[in-house]
Amino acid sequence: MKKILIALAFLVLPGLSLAAGPGYPLLTAPIDPRNDASLQRGAQLYVNYCMGCHSLEHQRFNRMARDIGLTDEQVQDNLIFTGAKVGDTMQNAMPKAEARGWFGVAPPDLSLIARSRGVNYLYTYMLTFYEDPSRPFGANNAAFPNAGMPHVLWDLQGMQRAIFETQTDAEGNETTVVTGFELAQPGSMTQPQYREAMADLVNFLSYVGEPYYLERQRIGVWVILFLGLALVVFYLLKKEYWKDVH
Amino acid sequence: MANTQGTTGLVGWIDERFPLTKTIREHLTEYYAPKNFNFWYYFGSLALLVLILQILTGIWLTMNYKPSAEEAFSSVEYIMRDVNWGWLIRYMHSTGASFFFLVVYLHMFRALIYGSYKKPRELLWLIGVVIFVVLMAEAFMGYLLPWGQMSYWGAQVIISLFSAIPGIGDSLTLWIRGDYVISDATLNRFFALHVIALPLVLVGLVFVHIVALHAVGSNNPDGVDIKKVKGPDGKPLDGIPFHPYYTVKDLVGVVVFLIFFSVVVFFAPEMGGFFLEPPNFDPADPMKTPAHIAPVWYFTPFYAILRAVPDKLGGVIAMGGAIVILFFLPWLDRSPVRSIRYRGFAFKAVLTLFVASFLILGYLGALPPSPGRTALSQICTVIYFAFFAVLPILPWFEKTKPVPERVT
Repeated sequence: MKKILIALAFLVLPGLSLAAGPGYPLLTAPIDPRNDASLQRGAQLYVNYCMGCHSLEHQRFNRMARDIGLTDEQVQDNLIFTGAKVGDTMQNAMPKAEARGWFGVAPPDLSLIARSRGVNYLYTYMLTFYEDPSRPFGANNAAFPNAGMPHVLWDLQGMQRAIFETQTDAEGNETTVVTGFELAQPGSMTQPQYREAMADLVNFLSYVGEPYYLERQRIGVWVILFLGLALVVFYLLKKEYWKDVH
Repeated sequence: MANTQGTTGLVGWIDERFPLTKTIREHLTEYYAPKNFNFWYYFGSLALLVLILQILTGIWLTMNYKPSAEEAFSSVEYIMRDVNWGWLIRYMHSTGASFFFLVVYLHMFRALIYGSYKKPRELLWLIGVVIFVVLMAEAFMGYLLPWGQMSYWGAQVIISLFSAIPGIGDSLTLWIRGDYVISDATLNRFFALHVIALPLVLVGLVFVHIVALHAVGSNNPDGVDIKKVKGPDGKPLDGIPFHPYYTVKDLVGVVVFLIFFSVVVFFAPEMGGFFLEPPNFDPADPMKTPAHIAPVWYFTPFYAILRAVPDKLGGVIAMGGAIVILFFLPWLDRSPVRSIRYRGFAFKAVLTLFVASFLILGYLGALPPSPGRTALSQICTVIYFAFFAVLPILPWFEKTKPVPERVT
């Protein structure tokens, strides 16, 4: 019984999953933190399309350069469009108060967005913008209904139309949900290309959320190997001392 | 130069002025611990280890943390990104908080199954429960410091509980917060309490806990008193000197613990959102309430009890009562038999129900409420308290086994 109790205690904790609200089912973001080319493409997309509104105030340009396989000069020449120095954090010039007037809410800093929302959410969000003339910028989002953000990447993805379905739940309430999309107007990328680009972008944001992610795993392996060795030594020491205890 | 300890040289010089050798003998080399300690007896020394880890990592975090509403969140990210090894120190501290409770809960469970709270160890248990309460305050205040959304709103919810106290409730919450909402003033005082006041109290209490333990001697998995059977030299036959036997044994426990600890620190510091909650990566925003506010896992059993009672004041009383009742345990359990090994089916049954209800409450406390979950947490709350209610009358139904003279 004792063993069952211990097993239960350890099983229950990690088995818990955080409750997810209703909404468009999350897609799985195919990201790879070790793929520098993908991170570089993601960084390029980010500074070109996102950074005008969304700062990365905790991320330094040169840290990014070092971590994703670029030189400071490459970053200075290709990824910095302002007078920022390569040692600066990735800020933008958008005044928060005015931005609130333009979008209803100031565009949040995205340094940690991958950690607070999760990469799958971000990936789904970037793929589920659809045409909705009732919204101020003509686009709505299935993962985040009535998002304040316009579909900034529409020239890449094109504009898609949502396929709606009316569902009735157990209590008889009717809700309209988005079940799929059809392309209304093509963009400069094919759909597979766009999905890949969004995977790169999400991969980059995931990196920005935890720039030391690969470092901690690499060190962790050595730490645990060392402790494994220490365990053998200490176990033998204990056995030696306890020989005379009966 | 000789003295009462028979030491010479530098140690002899010290021993004439300070009880160095005497203390080492009394508490380590001639402190006789039962030789039959098992798995459950690692968690005391491990709790001490985590306390030391928390204090050390805490000191280094304090060197770069800024306790102000404006800068707190950014300073934590500064530590994580720009301070050398900052991410490691911070993850050790955040993981340490969770492991502290894990270890302390297992330590308390040990006391429960082997009757370690029974005479003559009542005071030892009481000091332990005070440590538990102070530890909860320490963890609660520390959780506000990163100034994330869950830090902010969690503190908002918990502090507002005090307003349920009739008469003084509102002025009390105002006094605790130092403002009408959680604010810079709250953050500053929580910082002061978290890094100075409560750690001092904790260290003092842990010292007293160990002094009390060494005065009465350790219990053991058989629950027998090893001091009753002594050899001709006056040493307990079933006792072995703490040092070197248990120091080398505890070292093995320490390494095993550090392996588990490192797996989390290096490979899963968020522990699936249970050690570091995702909303806490959003900076605190007093204008935006998160959809679901849940305390960190180690508080969820008590949070579930709070929510199980429909009335706010009633819930606060139930939650407080769930902790306060632990103080009475030594006098509620009237069975003369300490260890679960020699206790009857009745005790094993109620203890299993108690532990199960505590785990289920912990699970439910992490989830948003629903009618079914609330009903289940009400049942578990009743079981939690029923455990303490039936303990005094349990000996009438319980068929205990004879306790051996010596450890097995």
